[in-house]
Formats: sequence, C-alpha cells, structure tokens
Amino acid sequence: MAVNLKLSRITKTFPENGSLSQVPVLDNLDCIIESGQFFSIVGPSGCGKTTLLRIIAGLEKASEGQILLNGDAITDNDRRVGLVFQEFALFPWRTALQNIEIGLEINGVPKAERREEALKYVREFGLEGFENTFPKMLSGGMKQRVAIARTLISNPEVVLMDEPFGSLDSKSRIDMQNFLLDVWEQRKMTVVFVTHSVDEAVYLGDRVLVLGKRPSRIMETFDVEISRPRDRANPALLEMRERIFGLCARA
Amino acid sequence: MRGKRLIPPLVAIAVWQIITTVGGVPSYKLPSPLQVLGGLKDLAVVGLPPGHLLHTHALYSLKRVFLGYSLAVSVGIPLGIAVGWSRRVRFVVEPFIELLRPIPPLAWIPIAILWFGIGIKSAAFIIFLGAFFPILLNTSAGVLAVDPLLIEAMRTLNGKPRDIIFKVLIPGSIPSIITGMRIGVGLGWMTLVAAEFSGVKQGYGLGYMIMTARDIQRPDEILAGMFFIGVAGFVIDGSLRLLEKSLIKWR
Repeated sequence: MAVNLKLSRITKTFPENGSLSQVPVLDNLDCIIESGQFFSIVGPSGCGKTTLLRIIAGLEKASEGQILLNGDAITDNDRRVGLVFQEFALFPWRTALQNIEIGLEINGVPKAERREEALKYVREFGLEGFENTFPKMLSGGMKQRVAIARTLISNPEVVLMDEPFGSLDSKSRIDMQNFLLDVWEQRKMTVVFVTHSVDEAVYLGDRVLVLGKRPSRIMETFDVEISRPRDRANPALLEMRERIFGLCARA
Repeated sequence: MRGKRLIPPLVAIAVWQIITTVGGVPSYKLPSPLQVLGGLKDLAVVGLPPGHLLHTHALYSLKRVFLGYSLAVSVGIPLGIAVGWSRRVRFVVEPFIELLRPIPPLAWIPIAILWFGIGIKSAAFIIFLGAFFPILLNTSAGVLAVDPLLIEAMRTLNGKPRDIIFKVLIPGSIPSIITGMRIGVGLGWMTLVAAEFSGVKQGYGLGYMIMTARDIQRPDEILAGMFFIGVAGFVIDGSLRLLEKSLIKWR
C-alpha cells in the first residue's frame, strides 16, 4: 500500500505553569500510516494522544519534527485532513442538515447541490426525520453521526478521530463502532483513531500504536492481522488485547 | 389563565381610585385613575401646549431614539465583534471604553449642545451614548464566550477567518447581541426623556411634554404622559423580544 501519512521525529513541549521550563509531552515520534489504513492510537489519559492528533490536524504546531501527507507538509486547516471531536462540536444554531453541509457551504458549493449531497449522508447515516432538528434535541449517537457526516462530506483523505465514542453509553458505542467500520469499508479513507480503550483500538484497527506515559514515546506497534468482519470474542483479538494490557502494566 | 394576571393591577387601580376619591388624597398631589385617563384624552385631542398633540410628541421622541439607537447598533455591533475577535483591537479600544463608560449620558448634554446645538442631533447623540455601551459590551462578551471548540471545528473544516467570523462568532453571539440591544434600547429611551427635560428640545417630545404639564400644574397630564412613556418602552422591548424568539430557535 502507498504511504500516506509520514510523521518524523515529532516532539512537543508545553511551557510549564509559572516557570520558564518546558514540559515534554511527545518525545521524538516516528510513524508511517498507510493509505486507506484504519490506524488506532491507544494510550493512558494525559499521554498526549490528543495533542498528537491536533498536530496532525494542523490545530497545533509541533515543537520539532515534520508531518508529510503524500509528500507535502500539512498546513493549518488542511483540506485533505478532517477531524471528528469527542465532544461532537456541532454548531448548535444549525440543524443536522445545515451542520452536515457546512463544509461545502464555505467552499462555495451552490445551495441545491450541497443540499442534495447532504441528504445522501442523511439517508446513509440513518438520520431521516431529523434533518431539521437542532443538535440539542439529538441523542449522543446521532450527534456523532452528524459530526462524522460533516467531516466526510468534504472527502478528506485522512479522517482523524479523537475518542469519538468516549461519551456514548456502551450500547451506542458498539453500534457506532460497527457503523464506522461500514462507512470506512465503503470509502477506504485513512482513519487515525485515538482512544484510551484497548478493546476498541484492537477491534477497529489494522494497526495499533501504543503510546506510553508522558513524555510519550511509541512503546510498540501491533499489526492486527485478523480478517473482517471480526468477532469481538476472537481468541487472537483477545490475546493481542492481553499483550497490550501487559505492555501498559509494565510502563 | 392569562386573564388572572390582570387581577393584581386591576385591584391596585381600584385602590388608587378609592384613596383619591374618598381617602382624602388631594388630586393636585395624586389625581385619580379616571382623571389621568381624562389627562391622556386631553393630551391626545387638545394637545400640550394646545395644538401640540400627543402623537406628534411621540413621533418626535421616537425619531430621536431611532436615529441615536440605529447609530449605536451599527457602530456597537461591528466594533463589539472586532473587540471580541482581535486581541489587538481589544488592546486599543478597551481603555477608551473603561474611561468613557462611567460618564452618565446626561453629563454629555452640555458638550453635546456645544457641538451639535439644540435639536435632534444632540438628542440623538445622547441616546447613542446611552445605548452604545451595553450593545458594544454585550456583543464583545458574546463573541468571547463562543466555545473555542467550535472555532477549531470550523478551522478543521477548512474555514477561513471570514467563515469563523460570519459562520461561528456572529451566530454564536446573537443571543448576547440581542440582550445588549434590549438593554440598549431601554437605556436609550430613558436617556431620551431626561434629555428632553434639560434643553435638548424642539417644542416637541414626550419629556418636554411632561415638563410642560408640570409648568402649568396639570398632574393628570404628567401621569398620563409618564404612563404613555412606559407603555411605549414596553412595546419597543416587546418587539425586540419577538425578534429574539424568531432568531434563536435553537436554544
């Protein structure tokens, strides 16, 4: 597979409160994410996985190092990269449909055209009947569907997801995981999926990158060579889960 | 039951009527409700001074308010957005706000007359001052209170600064802008009446009208004029509340 996203020697430090010294968060990360891959990043809370995602999204600058997408540096608000937030970040004054179409709206797609495109997503994402509902009245799972649709409608090559299902109850979490896999298998965009749940990382990912405690280095990268659709109780899956838990316990 | 809400004021009016007719309160101190009603009729039909009818007084006052208020809205809202959005603008503008805001609008009357002469320009200027600061401050506070996550969401959707301002900051701060407009129009209306007391007059105006009623010792017309000023303020605020309801369906 073609190389898609290349992270070289990514280091990030933050200024410490009330002092001139810098606190390291990410320490010299190197990693290659292949095109169309479902790439999970798992690590303890506070390990800097969200920071890493924000750097790839162009929301923050790395202190050192470089990120290339198909050989070109990522810019601030890069069109080729989309981000799905854990807290949904829907615009509360826009209906579900208006939220989904905003990416096309700001890029000057005519109204009739973007409406039609957004309605395709409404149908595919099971949001019929809620087109004109404001986010406040939607369930958590529906909000996240709207947020994913809003990101996908602009066809980004890389979709970054920051613990997107972290605030959902376990039933809708499982539904959303399977829903996301369907969407991904149809489109085969690159997904970089950050989570603190080892189960989720292993079940979803082609590859799982394990980050250690702060300042984070890559502890290990696993290839999950289990065919899809996967059984959550697959022994190979459970074994890999145990290995990652063991790795985290040693850290 | 909507009708029930009318009971307390009706009882109060009945008590008022009783103490003024059989309770020994002299009508030159407090005219009875019926006398006030008569005063209202005189203001509307005979005029004060005779020929200067109530609706003409009201039109003059409304014209002054409209002029000063629209100026306050059209300067206050854009400036408030700029102050909320840009740290540099805030740095330049804030000291002037802090310095000028504590000066009561009425304290500007002497200099306003010096600058603009007696007439609509100086009246509008005083009303502008009364309405401007609440509009400016509520707008900038609204912009500053917009969830930064929504700004980041717009950036990751490839939004440019223009999109952030028009599609995130402005819709997000509409509730606060309307609050500012409501406070502003209330203060503008209050300022107007006082301004018309103290020389900013043209022979017409509601404030001027009740001062004339005092000069010729017509307490019924004073109270009728006050009542009319109150009702007009209520109607103006009510129309802004309707605007608020139609603009903020998403809350």
